[in-house]
Amino acid sequence: MRLPTSTALRVGDALAGWPPPLLDPAGPYAGSIATLSWLLFAIGGLVTLVVLAALWIALFGSERRKQQLGGAKTVVIGGVVFPVVVLTGLLVWGLSLTGSLTAPIRGDEMRVRVTGEMWWWRVAYLDERGRDVALDANELHIPVGQPVVLELTSADVIHSFWVPRLSGKLDMIPGRTTLMRIQADAPGTFGGQCAEYCGGPHALMGFVVVAHPRERFAALMAQRRAPRPAVAPSRGEQLFRAVGCAACHRIAGTGANGLAGPDLTHVATRQTLGAGILPNNRGTLMGWIADSQAIKPGNRMPTYKTLPAADLAAITDYLGSQR
Amino acid sequence: MPHAPILLAPLIMLATAACKPPPEPSQAVAIADPERGRVAIERAGCGACHTIAGVWPQGRTAMAIDRIADQALIAGRLPNRPDLLAAFLRNAPATVPGSTMPPMPLGEEEARDAVAYLYSLEGR
Repeated sequence: MRLPTSTALRVGDALAGWPPPLLDPAGPYAGSIATLSWLLFAIGGLVTLVVLAALWIALFGSERRKQQLGGAKTVVIGGVVFPVVVLTGLLVWGLSLTGSLTAPIRGDEMRVRVTGEMWWWRVAYLDERGRDVALDANELHIPVGQPVVLELTSADVIHSFWVPRLSGKLDMIPGRTTLMRIQADAPGTFGGQCAEYCGGPHALMGFVVVAHPRERFAALMAQRRAPRPAVAPSRGEQLFRAVGCAACHRIAGTGANGLAGPDLTHVATRQTLGAGILPNNRGTLMGWIADSQAIKPGNRMPTYKTLPAADLAAITDYLGSQR
Repeated sequence: MPHAPILLAPLIMLATAACKPPPEPSQAVAIADPERGRVAIERAGCGACHTIAGVWPQGRTAMAIDRIADQALIAGRLPNRPDLLAAFLRNAPATVPGSTMPPMPLGEEEARDAVAYLYSLEGR
């Protein structure tokens, strides 16, 4: 019997954002946060040791030592001077170290608007004047070695944007835009996670940032900005419209223009499905379409359990070709 | 009835034939690692459609996988042999034409490990 081979040898990088890799910075903004964290841990540990030593003396030390420890001089130095000096120093040092996180936006950075939705992320690449040039969802592509400004907002409740290897957390607040800079120093895939409880499947609201070398990023963006070539209508495309997918999902260059759910124009290129929670392959795509409620209970996509397997396969093929 | 033992013999043979021996442990499965298999199953996303103990998510689109070691046939067609199950996991439509299950991104070794994990499930 001829041994069959599967479509790909490498399994998907499932759950890229979980568990979030903490204190493992991949860029300057996350780097300053990691440095500050380690210093705070170190000083916190040191102060704990000093307090424990003082406690030990108070309990078991000689009378002379106890007298010294309880004297006004020790209390003034240890209780007032030491904390004031250490905490002031830390505050000044910490603010200057993390100053890059809150420095004013220069205006010439690449800009992307990321909108938190229950329970996924809407991504819009912007031009210099702030107009949408390319739409995507749940995945963000950035060039290596340059800061990217994210305009964070929310369409419903408060979410929090958090890609631990690239920067800190920042709330996404309905009606407001908050600015965050991220930067990756080397190509790679960086997982993210909503960090503010936003209802039901909040824990399954993941995100993926992919950093590319500059030339590859430029080529990718050029491909995405170019008009999509017309393809012969397929059975999958007809079904996509007939069973109602197009009411909520957009696929650029086709009649599908729904805005309630994630943009599916490039869904086949995504690393994950269901907002950073499943590897993206034909099997998971089919399973998600058929019964996403079993995978991510409470998400806003209905199940399509009444579709015959052939229709399900046709829609899966159609979406699997959206690159 | 003098003929009773003669009539009974084929019946007994039929009855015992139904008691399937456990799956033959081939060389490949003997060196496979169920825990590596569980990880491969999770990373390939089999749980999107199948409920499998110890694997997230627990999809309901296709059959729940428990006690597969006790099952006679794979997908109602193939004999339940580890090598055939591994081949089925990697490319179901090629081994069982018409199967709704698509090819899954598992390497040969990953598929063997995955089979080892599936055979280790006791059912609930």
